[in-house]
Amino acid sequence: MANFFDQIDRWGGLIWQATIETFQMVSISLIISIIIGLPLGILLVITRPNKSYNNKFIYQSLNIVINIIRSIPFIILLFTLLPFTRFIVGTSMGVRGVILPLVVFTAPYIARLMESALLEVDRGVLEAYEAMGIKTRDIIWHVMVREARPSIILGITIAVIGLIGATAMAGLVGAGGLGDVAYRFGHLRYEPEVMYVTIIILIIIIQAIQSIGNVLASRAKKD
Amino acid sequence: MIELKNVTKKFESKKKGHAILALKNVNLTVNQGEIFGVIGYSGAGKSTLVRCVNFLEKPSSGEVIVNGQTLGKLTNDQLRQARQNIGMIFQGFNLLKTANVYDNIAIPLKLTGIPASEIKARVEKYLNIVGLSDKKYVFPNQLSGGQKQRVAIARALSHEPDILLSDEATSALDPETTDSILNLLLKINREFGITILLITHEMHVIQKICDRVAVMENGEIIEQGNVIDVYSDPQTTTTERFVSSIFPSDIPNEIIEELAQRGPIIQLTFVGESADQPALSMLAKKFDIHSNILSGNIVQLKDRPFGKLTAHIQGTKAETDKALHYLIEQGVKVSEVKVNG
Ligand SMILES: Nc1ncnc2c1ncn2[C@@H]1O[C@H](COP(=O)(O)OP(=O)(O)OP(=O)(O)O)[C@@H](O)[C@H]1O
Ligand SMILES: [Mg+2]
Repeated sequence: MANFFDQIDRWGGLIWQATIETFQMVSISLIISIIIGLPLGILLVITRPNKSYNNKFIYQSLNIVINIIRSIPFIILLFTLLPFTRFIVGTSMGVRGVILPLVVFTAPYIARLMESALLEVDRGVLEAYEAMGIKTRDIIWHVMVREARPSIILGITIAVIGLIGATAMAGLVGAGGLGDVAYRFGHLRYEPEVMYVTIIILIIIIQAIQSIGNVLASRAKKD
Repeated sequence: MIELKNVTKKFESKKKGHAILALKNVNLTVNQGEIFGVIGYSGAGKSTLVRCVNFLEKPSSGEVIVNGQTLGKLTNDQLRQARQNIGMIFQGFNLLKTANVYDNIAIPLKLTGIPASEIKARVEKYLNIVGLSDKKYVFPNQLSGGQKQRVAIARALSHEPDILLSDEATSALDPETTDSILNLLLKINREFGITILLITHEMHVIQKICDRVAVMENGEIIEQGNVIDVYSDPQTTTTERFVSSIFPSDIPNEIIEELAQRGPIIQLTFVGESADQPALSMLAKKFDIHSNILSGNIVQLKDRPFGKLTAHIQGTKAETDKALHYLIEQGVKVSEVKVNG
């Protein structure tokens, strides 16, 4: 046990650094992914057949693009996107270099999660607001998105956890993070204590995120 | 106030070339200040009909004229304006689950451009009218069905519309709650002069608050008129079935057959004043007959009583004929009861 705490002393700084990197990667790419994914989810819902802005072309193309991106494993996305990343953010290394692939990976996922959350909203309520002479865009925002909030929060919780998993591969482009530490020290250098500590930290983070998500969702639900 | 002219609504079915005609050439006029009921069995096209009145459903052909405006000719913005003058309540209440009672009324007011300073006063006024002032900060899932419908009514009224549409607003409620909601609708109609077009499959709703009624079947209006006329003199079997649903007086065929050998079984329909008169006992005094009541019921329509009595008359053919004649002279509608089917 003393040995274990020695290890923490030795590797504490490194693990702390890695935790920060993971948080950075997750939060930045999450925010961008929501900014892209939520509108796409809304678009998927309102352009579907028999909905307010029924548009077969937009709906089908969006569907196909999302499905294609979602079929590509993150590690392949990471490498195929390298040239684009370098072009857009100027570097393909470090935390900055991994944001673009993480967003490309997560935004379509969020779009799908938002789509299913928005589809759950009771059609009757939307109709009642239409009957009151309220603008469609107000209905989308003040009724559809509002009523879907509990499911949206749960969806984002799921997306965050998936995102944390994806960041484990960020080490391959030198972005660091907890996953990278666990891999390098645990697997390559065979120092299992470091690996155990990082895995425990990951477990705690994921438990915490899921619990926070559940609490926020049930608060938003009002029952 | 509301006028439907030759309105037809066709729904294209998923299977190509197979369309459902939910409304066939419907003509209907609802006058200002009246409560007009549309009754029909499931699938008759009632919901489609009311939904055409605020263009939630656009007719395939024909015209919908509300307050002098032909809805089909309006731009989207004008249609939204027109809709703000037509309130609607639904079977499923359709409240925001994530908003409390106050916000359920305040949010639509805000979204229709009512100034913030006026919103609070309006919410309080209409919550007071529906009797829910003490539930302002309660969420819908903590309310009973009747209370939810009251919130929905307050939400509709808060826009101060001229017209209220009701799509089976009481169908999810128990009889007592139904009555209280119907009383509320009656009060709204009387106090604010709001014209109400409601649809239902319950005769009880029509009889309690409607001035006029239309009966629908297979997308067509098969009968319409004053409630009292339609009740007392139904022209179609569907209407007859609806009327008999409030007079559950089916006499078994065996009994009819047996009694009919000893004199006619007649059904007397009383309307208004004639409902108060002791017609049968007068009959026994004036003519040499015996009468035996088999069943009877009297109901209160919106503004007058309406009753039906089934009786067996025994006596010579000549005397019973004279007696029946007398009844008809007294303004009582008489029909002979025959074996069913
Ligand atoms: N959006 C739709 N698409 C296709 N068919 C429809 C649609 N809405 C209604 N219909 C059809 O039109 C007919 C009339 O339906 P409507 O809902 O108006 O009946 P209703 O009298 O209100 O019945 P209920 O008492 O069950 O509510 C039915 O055959 C129904 O299946
Ligand atoms: Mg219906």
